[in-house]
Amino acid sequence: MSYHNPPTTPRKSATFDDYAISEIRRAASTGIYDIRGGGSKRKVPHFDDLLFLGASISRYPLEGYRERCDTSVVLGTRHAKKPIELKIPITIAGMSFGSLSGPAKEALGRGATIAGTSTTTGDGGMTEEERGHSKTLVYQYLPSRYGMNPRDLRRADAIEVVVGQGAKPGGGGMLLGQKISDRVAEMRTLPKGIDQRSACRHPDWTGPDDLEIKILELREITDWEKPIYVKVGGARPYYDTALAVKAGADVVVLDGMQGGTAATQEVFIEHVGQPTLACIRPAVKALQDLGMHRKVQLIVSGGIRNGADVAKALALGADAVSIGTAALIALGDNDPRWEEEYQKLGTTAGAYDDWHEGKDPAGITTQDPELMKRVDPITAGRRLANYLKVMTLEAQTIARACGKNHLHNLEPEDLCSLSIEAAAMAGVPLAGTNWIPGQGGF
Amino acid sequence: MNISNVATAPSREASFARRVFDLGENSLRELNQALHDLAPGSNETAWEVLNPKGSHSVAVGVDQPVSIDVRGSVGYYCGGMNAGGAITVHGSAGPGVGENMMSGRIVVKGDASQYAGATGRGGLLVIEGNASSRCGISMKGIDIVVRGNIGHMSAFMAQSGNLVVLGDAGDALGDSIYEAGLFVRGKVKSLGADCIKKEMRPEHIALLQDLLDRAGIRDARPQEFTRYGSARTLYNFNIDNADAY
Repeated sequence: MSYHNPPTTPRKSATFDDYAISEIRRAASTGIYDIRGGGSKRKVPHFDDLLFLGASISRYPLEGYRERCDTSVVLGTRHAKKPIELKIPITIAGMSFGSLSGPAKEALGRGATIAGTSTTTGDGGMTEEERGHSKTLVYQYLPSRYGMNPRDLRRADAIEVVVGQGAKPGGGGMLLGQKISDRVAEMRTLPKGIDQRSACRHPDWTGPDDLEIKILELREITDWEKPIYVKVGGARPYYDTALAVKAGADVVVLDGMQGGTAATQEVFIEHVGQPTLACIRPAVKALQDLGMHRKVQLIVSGGIRNGADVAKALALGADAVSIGTAALIALGDNDPRWEEEYQKLGTTAGAYDDWHEGKDPAGITTQDPELMKRVDPITAGRRLANYLKVMTLEAQTIARACGKNHLHNLEPEDLCSLSIEAAAMAGVPLAGTNWIPGQGGF
Repeated sequence: MNISNVATAPSREASFARRVFDLGENSLRELNQALHDLAPGSNETAWEVLNPKGSHSVAVGVDQPVSIDVRGSVGYYCGGMNAGGAITVHGSAGPGVGENMMSGRIVVKGDASQYAGATGRGGLLVIEGNASSRCGISMKGIDIVVRGNIGHMSAFMAQSGNLVVLGDAGDALGDSIYEAGLFVRGKVKSLGADCIKKEMRPEHIALLQDLLDRAGIRDARPQEFTRYGSARTLYNFNIDNADAY
C-alpha cells in the first residue's frame, strides 16, 4: 500500500479575499475607482448588537393591545413658528429627483403622507409630484443649490441645511451623465448628459460662525416659520452636534456610515465616517451638555431597518429616525422578481448597487422612461406606508414590554449589549455585567 | 413697528411716498417682514433703509418689484434670493451679496466681500468697487458686472450667466466652469481647471455691450475684453484627465 501526499486544501487569504482581489483586477483593468450607490456594506457594530431587557419585577409592562403607547414627535420647537408634528418618529431621508425617478419620489411622498410622516427633497430641487403628494416636505439646502429658489423654500414645511451625509462625510454629490435627462438637466441648470459633480462645501459659508448667519438668512426669508434642520455625517458627532446647536439649528440630523448615497466612490463609503451606533451617544451628550436635549431634536439615520432599530435609536436618545435605503427596498428596490435582469447586469437581487448607471431594473434609481414605468406610485406608496406601520408597531411592542407609554420614554437603561464594541459605542452594559466599556470620554 | 413715510405728500400722491426704515430704531425682522408683506401691485415701491451698520440679511427674500436704497454698508447676504427688487447698497457689502438672486437688480456702490452673486439664477448684480474671492461661484444664470477687480477662485463651477470684470481677475478664474461666460478687461492671474480663453465673436460683443449698458458703464468698450469659458474636457470623467482635478 502506497501513500500519496494528500493535496493541501487550497487556502484563500483573509487579507487578499475574493473581493479584495476582484477590486485589484477591476482597478488594473479600468484605471478608475469603483463608484456605487448605497451605504457601507462592511460589518460594523450595529443595533443588532443591542438587546432590550424588558419588564420584570422591577419594571412593569404595558398591556399590548389596550394601553396606549404614543409615537408622535414634534420637530422644530426651538425657534420655528410652525414646528412639524408627525404621527410616527420615522421620516424619509433626503433623496434627489435625478438619482431617483419621478414616480419613485412621488411614491415616497404618498407613503410618508399615509403614515403621517415627512419626506425630504435631495440634491436636485423640489418637484411638483413630490410637493403635491407630500403633506410634510423637508427641503434640502445643499452646496450645489440645484433648483434652489425662494418659492420652494417658502412652500416647504422645513429646511434641511446639508453639511454632510453618512455615506461620505466630506464629500459632494455625484450624478453621472447617464442620468442627466432633459428634465434633470433643466432643474440643475446643466447641459444634458454631462457628469454632475456637486461641491462638497457650501459656496457662501464656511464654518459654524458663517452657518449661524446663513441660518439667520434662511429664517428671515421664510419669516421664521420653518424648522431648520442641520444634517451632518457621522464624523465628529459630539462637536458637530454642539456646533449645529450653536449655529441655531432646530433639529440635528445625524447620518452614520451605513446611510446610503446615490453614487460615490466605494473607498469613500467604506472608509470614511463612523457607524451609526457610535454616533448617537456623543450627539446626545452634546445636547445634554448644552441643556438642549429634547429642545433641539435629534434625528438619526443610517441602517435603520425595523422597529427594533427604531426603538434602540430612540432609547439611546434620538427623537426620531430617518430611512432611505429601507424605504427604497419597500418601494421595490432589489426585488427578486427582477433577478433575471440583475443577472444580466452582473449582479443579483439584494446586491445591486450600481444606482448611478441609471439601469435599475426596479425602475427606482433611473431616469429611463421605460424602466421608471415599473414603479406605480400608488402601489409603491402603499407598500412604504405598510412598512412604516409595521416598524411603528414593532417599536411600540418593545416600548410596551419595557413599560413605556411613549417611544420617547425608552432609555439607555432599557438596553444591554451583546458585544464589548457595541457596549462601548452605545454606552450600555455588556449583557450579564454592569460593565460599560469606554466610559471616560469620546 | 415704527415705519414712517417721511415724505409729506398728500394721500392722493401716496404712490410716490418713500418708505423709510431705520435699522437703528427697528429690527431686521421688522424690515424683512414688512417687505414680504407687500402685496402684488402695492404702491409702496420705494424704500430706504437707514443705519444698516453691517447688518446681515438686509432685504432678503424680496419678491416684489420695489426699489430699496440701503444707506450704508451691509453684512452677509444682502439681497439674498432677491426676486424682482432693485436694491442699491450705498456702501460696501459683506459676503454673499445677492446670493441665489432670481431676478431684479442689485448695485453695490462700494466693494463686495466673498461669494458675491453666489449661485445666482437671474437678474443683474453690479459691483462698482472690487469683489473679493469666489465672485460668481456656482452662478446659475445671473449676470454680474464688477467695475474693479475680483479675487481668486471666481466663477468656480459657474454654470450659466455672465461675469464681466473691468479690472483684473485673481488666481484660478473659472475653475471647473460649465456654460457661464466670463469677460475680463484686465489681467487674469491664472485660469482654473478646464477654463480657457475663447474667441470674441460678434454675438459676444453684442452681449457684452448690452451688459455694460444695463450696468450703466459708459467708459469701457466690449472690444477691450477677453472672453473665457469652458473647454468642456471635464464634462465626463476620463481617467486621463485626473491630473486636472
